Amino acid sequence: MATLFQGLPSSTAFSSSNKFNHAPAPTSFSERKSSIVTVRSDARWSPVLNSATHKPQRLITNAVATKADSSLASTSSKPGHELLLFEALREGLEEEMERDPCVCVMGEDVGHYGGSYKVTKGLATKFGDLRVLDTPIAENSFTGMGIGAAMTGLRPIIEGMNMGFLLLAFNQISNNCGMLHYTSGGQFKIPVVIRGPGGVGRQLGAEHSQRLESYFQSIPGIQMVACSTPYNAKGLMKAAIRSENPVILFEHVLLYNLKDRIPDEEYVLSLEEAEMVRPGEHVTILTYSRMRYHVMQAAKTLVNKGYDPEVIDIRSLKPFDLHTIGKSVKKTHRVLIVEECMRTGGIGASLTAAITENFNDDLDAPIVCLSSQDVPTPYAGTLEEWTVVQPAQIVTAVEQLCQ
Amino acid sequence: MASSWSLIRRSRTLIHHKKKLAFLGIGSAPTFSSSCSSPFMKRPCAASAAYINNNYSSAHHHFRFLRRFESTKAEAAQLELQHYVTDDDDNNQVIDFPGGKVAFTSEMRFVSESIQKRVPCYRVLDDNGMPMKYSNYVQISKEMAVKMYSDMVTLQTMDSIFYEVQRQGRISFYLTSMGEEAVNIASAAALSFDDIILPQYREPGVLLWRGFTLQQFVDQLFGNTSDLGKGRQMPIHYGSNKHNYFTVSSPIATQLPQAVGAAYSLKIDGKSACAVTYCGDGGTSEGDFHAGLNFAAVMDAPVIFICRNNGWAISTPVEEQFRSDGVVVKGQAYGIWSIRVDGNDALAVYSAVHTAREIAIKEKRPVLIEALTYRVGHHSTSDDSTKYRPIDEIEYWKMERNPVNRFKRWVERNGWWSDHNESELRSSVRKQLMQAIQVAEKAQKPQLSDLFNDVYDRLPSNLEEQERLLREIVKKHPEDYPSDVPL
Repeated sequence: MATLFQGLPSSTAFSSSNKFNHAPAPTSFSERKSSIVTVRSDARWSPVLNSATHKPQRLITNAVATKADSSLASTSSKPGHELLLFEALREGLEEEMERDPCVCVMGEDVGHYGGSYKVTKGLATKFGDLRVLDTPIAENSFTGMGIGAAMTGLRPIIEGMNMGFLLLAFNQISNNCGMLHYTSGGQFKIPVVIRGPGGVGRQLGAEHSQRLESYFQSIPGIQMVACSTPYNAKGLMKAAIRSENPVILFEHVLLYNLKDRIPDEEYVLSLEEAEMVRPGEHVTILTYSRMRYHVMQAAKTLVNKGYDPEVIDIRSLKPFDLHTIGKSVKKTHRVLIVEECMRTGGIGASLTAAITENFNDDLDAPIVCLSSQDVPTPYAGTLEEWTVVQPAQIVTAVEQLCQ
Repeated sequence: MASSWSLIRRSRTLIHHKKKLAFLGIGSAPTFSSSCSSPFMKRPCAASAAYINNNYSSAHHHFRFLRRFESTKAEAAQLELQHYVTDDDDNNQVIDFPGGKVAFTSEMRFVSESIQKRVPCYRVLDDNGMPMKYSNYVQISKEMAVKMYSDMVTLQTMDSIFYEVQRQGRISFYLTSMGEEAVNIASAAALSFDDIILPQYREPGVLLWRGFTLQQFVDQLFGNTSDLGKGRQMPIHYGSNKHNYFTVSSPIATQLPQAVGAAYSLKIDGKSACAVTYCGDGGTSEGDFHAGLNFAAVMDAPVIFICRNNGWAISTPVEEQFRSDGVVVKGQAYGIWSIRVDGNDALAVYSAVHTAREIAIKEKRPVLIEALTYRVGHHSTSDDSTKYRPIDEIEYWKMERNPVNRFKRWVERNGWWSDHNESELRSSVRKQLMQAIQVAEKAQKPQLSDLFNDVYDRLPSNLEEQERLLREIVKKHPEDYPSDVPL
């Protein structure tokens, strides 16, 4: 079984009042300097290996890492380079396209325009407009095209301009993408990556604020991951491209301009693993994508109030990393799920069911799930803010849970 | 592309003058072996880029146009449009808009939804299997003709026997291709084994032509352990990557955009092959038909779209499916070369597909073929078509307009087939089928682990868990578990 080495983002600031700082030993940095490519581990974890290599992550006291640059106190050297999340995605994409000539990108405006969120900027000039393909506006069609190309040997990355539009591609994704490897008896494989921005933005209206992970989670045959930092964005992008299964990579509209430092060496993350953002003792907070930052902001307040939350960015939405989650539940016995999905049928709903089924005996209290209401996202800024879970609600929920 | 518009316009004037018109309609570039020598065929090779740049100052979209040419190497013929607009039109006033120059007119005239005459149908043999006067077609050898005919007979026999097997309750479902044997076999014969086939579901003949054995067909129908699909799909959902035949997927027309993807992949690999995809008249109503054709045209993808217009989509006749003149006119709307072919005429289908393949590969462009035919059988074993169409109509098409008999007369007339061959073939095929069915019926079903394999490349932990649970249940209640499924 391959060892997992998760590199650590280094742009975190340390606040002096932080008594829960589990700063890792400097040895982790020297390990990182050698060029390591993380290999995807099996679904089966070996606990021995896990404890040896799975170092606790550093504390992130800022909700959003952008202001962290000034206080990189504990890193003696400054490994890596700084970039924004969309640039990290592009870097991952570019490296994979260089590595494997079968990788291609297709979507609306990805070629000469460089993509609506600039993720594919410059790639058409570098790789030619056959490998970075501009398509007419028909999501079902270019998703179908990607599937046909994948069955014939290419590795396409299908970009939806907004995840919500991929509802038009649901037929191809569900009936063909997820199924054809199975129904063909394993004769045809479909190594596509379907990616795009989703989630609630800033007053984009209901149709542009969809959380599609709740609709897609039931499709057998696909994997779903959600990135939240430049580090995991690049790692997950590369892992998704290298995977032989169809993978849906969920990005968030508001996270594209997150700045962070990522390693210079090549690295690939595992598609089935969660990320320990902040270890703790009192409560397990499970979250992903943008809500991670709301949780971390709430964590700051909670820490000041004397709580010690353990924050896990689940990253892998299908399948869930029940190993990491289970370990955490066995430690803290309390679970709070913070998501952006709607209450009904969201990722949180499935996660609640999965945890209850598997770890019921370890829970001291019912699982609390904070999600958006079952309403279309309104345009008005104030209303929109109240459909998304805010840090204050998270603090209140933790306080209630820990009584 | 509008250049095909101008070329088709030209070809209509030629229709009034010359024979061999059908072949002209599809032969375009001088590369095609056509004996016709009209000035129409000798087009100038390439307009210079300078011409374009001088004439169109706001050249952003044109610049992209040209840049696409550099990477995709499409024919310069597409630049010809500019010539025709400025040379041909009576009005010497033209106006510039995104998309190109258009002549304008002060007469307000709506374009009618259909032309007066329907697009004519290309045909080589008459109903009696006699080559028509002046017919122009691609010659086939005796071996090819005999193989084509034998496969058509095999397909016919397969269909009638498997239909009966379903009626006897031995398989759950079947769908015949009766009446469409010529489309199936002749189109397959005109392609090479490198061409990638994306079928709808009424094209098993293509797989038969490529060497799928009768045993393999039967194994899929019975879903046993020898089935390439491991028993996961309904009957007739064949698929074989060895034969470049994509697994059939039930939803209609989803294979059309996938064909564009497959063609795109072939183009990137620089292979001398094309993607060929089939659908029915009903499938042309699906959104994927529109999107697939549009994409193929824009991407310059080497795809052949073969639409089997067999008159019926379960119980919906074509009059209720679309209001256009069939499917062939739809190609023009997307800028795609199209032809209407007598789908029950094996030689016509062969010639059209053969030429379409050359066009697609050499010119890197899609082609649409509408094969007019008739669905003699019911839609499937779940349908009784006598409920919505008269029995004598079915009988007429089954007997008098039978494509197999028609081709047989031509083959016999050439002295390549005899009654003796006929009876031998039919009894041999029957026997082989019966044997294959016996073997398949007795074979084991796929094992339980095949329920969980291949969902992903490797078994994830949640599926492992689910398999474990299932095995526990089976152990507890063995009497409820089917005996022919190995654990």
